[in-house]
Amino acid sequence: MTENPLPPARPSTSPARRGGESADLKVVGKPLPKVDAATKVTGRAVYADDMLPARTLHCKILRSPHPHARILSIDTSAARRIPGVIAVITGADLPIKFGILPVTQDERALEHEKVRYVGDPIAAVAATEEEIAAAACDAINVEYEVLEPVMSIDAALQPPKDERVQDYGGPNNVHKFVALEFGDVDDGFSRAEHVREDVFFFQGNTHLPMEQHSAIATFVDGKVTLWSSTQVVHYVHRALSKVLELPMNRIRVIGAAHGGGFGGKTDPFAHEIIVAKLAMLTGRPVKCTLSREEVFYAHRGRHPVLMWVRTGVTREGRITAMHFRSALDGGAYGSYGVASTFYTGALQTVTYDIPAYRFEGCRVFTNKPPCGPKRGHGTPQPRFALELHLEKIARDLGLDPVDLKRRNFVKPYSRTVNWLRVTSCGLEECTERVMNASGYQDRTRRAGHGMGFAISSYMSGAGTAIYWNDMPHSEVQIKVDRGGITVFCGAMDIGQGSDSVLASIVAEELGLQPPDIRLVTADTDTTPIDLGSYSSRVTFMAGNAALEAARKMRAKLVEAAAAKMSRDPADVEVTDGRIGDLSFEEASILAEARFGTLTSAGSYTPPKIAGPFKGSGVGPSPAYSYSACVVDLDADARTGLVRVNKVWIAHDVGRAINPLLVEGQVEGSVYMGLGEALMEEQAFRKGLHKWPSMLEYKSPTFLDTPEIETFIVETVDPEGPYGAKEAGQGPLLPVPPALCAAVFDALGVWIDEIPVTPEKVVEALRRKEKGEPARYGPPRFPSIPYPPVIKVEPPPKDLDAATAAI
Amino acid sequence: MRREIDREVERVVLTLDVNGEKSELLVPVHKTLLEVLREDMQLTGTKHGCELGECGTCTVLVDGKPELSCLLLPIQIHGRAITTVEGMASGSELHPLQQAFAELGAAQCGYCTPGILLASKSLLEDNPRPTRDEIREALAGNLCRCTGYTKILQAVELASGRMHD
Repeated sequence: MTENPLPPARPSTSPARRGGESADLKVVGKPLPKVDAATKVTGRAVYADDMLPARTLHCKILRSPHPHARILSIDTSAARRIPGVIAVITGADLPIKFGILPVTQDERALEHEKVRYVGDPIAAVAATEEEIAAAACDAINVEYEVLEPVMSIDAALQPPKDERVQDYGGPNNVHKFVALEFGDVDDGFSRAEHVREDVFFFQGNTHLPMEQHSAIATFVDGKVTLWSSTQVVHYVHRALSKVLELPMNRIRVIGAAHGGGFGGKTDPFAHEIIVAKLAMLTGRPVKCTLSREEVFYAHRGRHPVLMWVRTGVTREGRITAMHFRSALDGGAYGSYGVASTFYTGALQTVTYDIPAYRFEGCRVFTNKPPCGPKRGHGTPQPRFALELHLEKIARDLGLDPVDLKRRNFVKPYSRTVNWLRVTSCGLEECTERVMNASGYQDRTRRAGHGMGFAISSYMSGAGTAIYWNDMPHSEVQIKVDRGGITVFCGAMDIGQGSDSVLASIVAEELGLQPPDIRLVTADTDTTPIDLGSYSSRVTFMAGNAALEAARKMRAKLVEAAAAKMSRDPADVEVTDGRIGDLSFEEASILAEARFGTLTSAGSYTPPKIAGPFKGSGVGPSPAYSYSACVVDLDADARTGLVRVNKVWIAHDVGRAINPLLVEGQVEGSVYMGLGEALMEEQAFRKGLHKWPSMLEYKSPTFLDTPEIETFIVETVDPEGPYGAKEAGQGPLLPVPPALCAAVFDALGVWIDEIPVTPEKVVEALRRKEKGEPARYGPPRFPSIPYPPVIKVEPPPKDLDAATAAI
Repeated sequence: MRREIDREVERVVLTLDVNGEKSELLVPVHKTLLEVLREDMQLTGTKHGCELGECGTCTVLVDGKPELSCLLLPIQIHGRAITTVEGMASGSELHPLQQAFAELGAAQCGYCTPGILLASKSLLEDNPRPTRDEIREALAGNLCRCTGYTKILQAVELASGRMHD
């Protein structure tokens, strides 16, 4: 067959749909190939580094070799004399600070005062060849005054030996404190019949996208155009405007084909600003592609988080109160860190009904690459702690851990004690599915074999934007002209299939198939806003915007067709490429004649559901996905090696717009969760990454990844497009705790620290043999000077009945 | 370490047989096959993930066998048949592996896909009906961060079935 179009959906024999809502869907719910599948499998997708316009200059960045140092002088004269070097810039050329969050504008594209981690950018060269640019970087002479680096959470809590990493934040090297209490926690503990405390550590790890970050800029007619491997064209646009001091209308940011993000391309990056500046200076295209080593140092990945949790329960295992503390090793800059800190305490309540809840969080600055959002952003770490903590409580009480968790599941359509609004919730069904499929309850005991269970939840998009504004979070325009349909949307397809989601929704509404739809996406000049591919927001938000725009377009087509056929518009069917008795093309020509230029627009703004307290903006989402997971493994008591045999996972996605893509997201999440649970580790020695290469930074290969059996659970959320919720992040979360629960099941030792390496397993077994606690994990939680908690009244019971339209 | 910058760059005339088309090129002798394919021949379907031979992303076929183009110098393979992803389809007809990868969603971001397609093509030529473990073994040198590998395994099996029914 030919590569375009790819096979259409199976022809449907069900009766045609008539206007308005109907369950009889022709495209939505079908396992269709992605709209760009042929482009991807033929190697024709154009990623940023594939672009090489005439006269392109190559950019290399000189980076700090020291984790912490003052810059005394920078001498670029020798570099400038090298033949082929066209421009050299330093921090003096780009002095304005930027950062993803308005409250932490603490980064410079090039630093000229102080470096804060190995890899901090200092100078950049544009040259005719990449090798010349690299040689010129070597010829730049930088004088440093080396400072004592701060390399751990413990060190960051002490007074610095030389000076602070950043000159803002809390005491010593504290960046951010959070201290909130919802309901009466002391009263909750006083009612408890059993109280338990545990300490956990989740090591940091990184995204490891297959594509290194890359950006290329041009400067033509006074306008900058930047193509980048980014998840957030809009936020890059804003950062460029600020640092380059150009109005937004002089800058265009286009998302190139994207070779993997996972949160790692969600900040505006130095190299994006640098190539734009160099293009402005040289008048030539300038490209910068990071080396793999630079990608490890660019990071913005999973925060290492130390956690302490104390929970009170009744004899039956019902939670009466919980107190959760976190300490995040943030690295050298703010990045998303303030949000990450809140996230380590926000979503515990979205899976379990916790009547009184206290959260104290703390993020510190250290002289390491900045941490930020990675798949699950700040929530896999507390999920790991929470699930294992409840496993231990169940064993204290002699209860089955699955039963104990089930007794505490949140109810659909409820409010949590910290004001989060829960709508559809498939926790029970997800649990049922993996229990039945895995045979967890009836597993036969054999030495070294174990099974573990865990659940999780994640947001379908953050309910608030990164910078305060009242504008929609996503907008879609549709143009129909002589039968052709083009959809314009700022959403960035990073491989998850957001283009296919947009095409599917518009096709569904217009009675067409996805290959009939042309897409223009992720281009700040030609498409309306979408905030970007982060927080699992695109299907829900861009999907709703597309739905609104498509329904408006359908109404015009139906009105024109109905007039032609002298029929009531309500009786005009839109299906299988026809509008009533007319072809889509005939109807579009009639509508164009009737209305003039045929355009429609839709937008999505999340409901205002945040609670009435400072910090309530992190956590609310228009809907939460739910997952349940069982891991089956064999653990070798002699070597400590853990071999995962199979993972069963059920995911409540609301509705699968395309089940093939949902499965892909779930499988990829499980794989990434296993990598984090077993081997992935972003660790440092004397400021240097211990293993900044793909060989040494272990990630699961084809041989390490077990069979993954996925169950899609559809709860049809009332506010999602066709009921859809997120799929790209939530299914990662239950995997690490389920794995650790399975290791306990197999060997009787708790590994309270991710990743579960063979050394840790062997050490825990050794301790067990010696009669010490059968556990490997952090011995204690540090003393942290959290500020007094802000007490927040729980939401009134009748809140949603009174104020929200659920 | 300081790089040498004022040396003479030695260039060499190469005849490369890529996807059945012979081209003559004058390139610096130290350029890798990956760089020559991407920069001198504009065959950007071949991707790079590390340029150190660690990730498998830049896999091409040399005389039908998978090789890492980031570790090969073109002068080493003068005259041998090179296949890149651009050479897999016949005209606008997708190769059965490409078709299966497209249908089953085995390409998400698509960046590792060309290398995995070529390694799979070589596997199926040697072993038309591989078991799942044989596919895993053959592709173990190719990393993918999106798919969890599941749909790739299913796609290779689907293609194998269609090619050899």
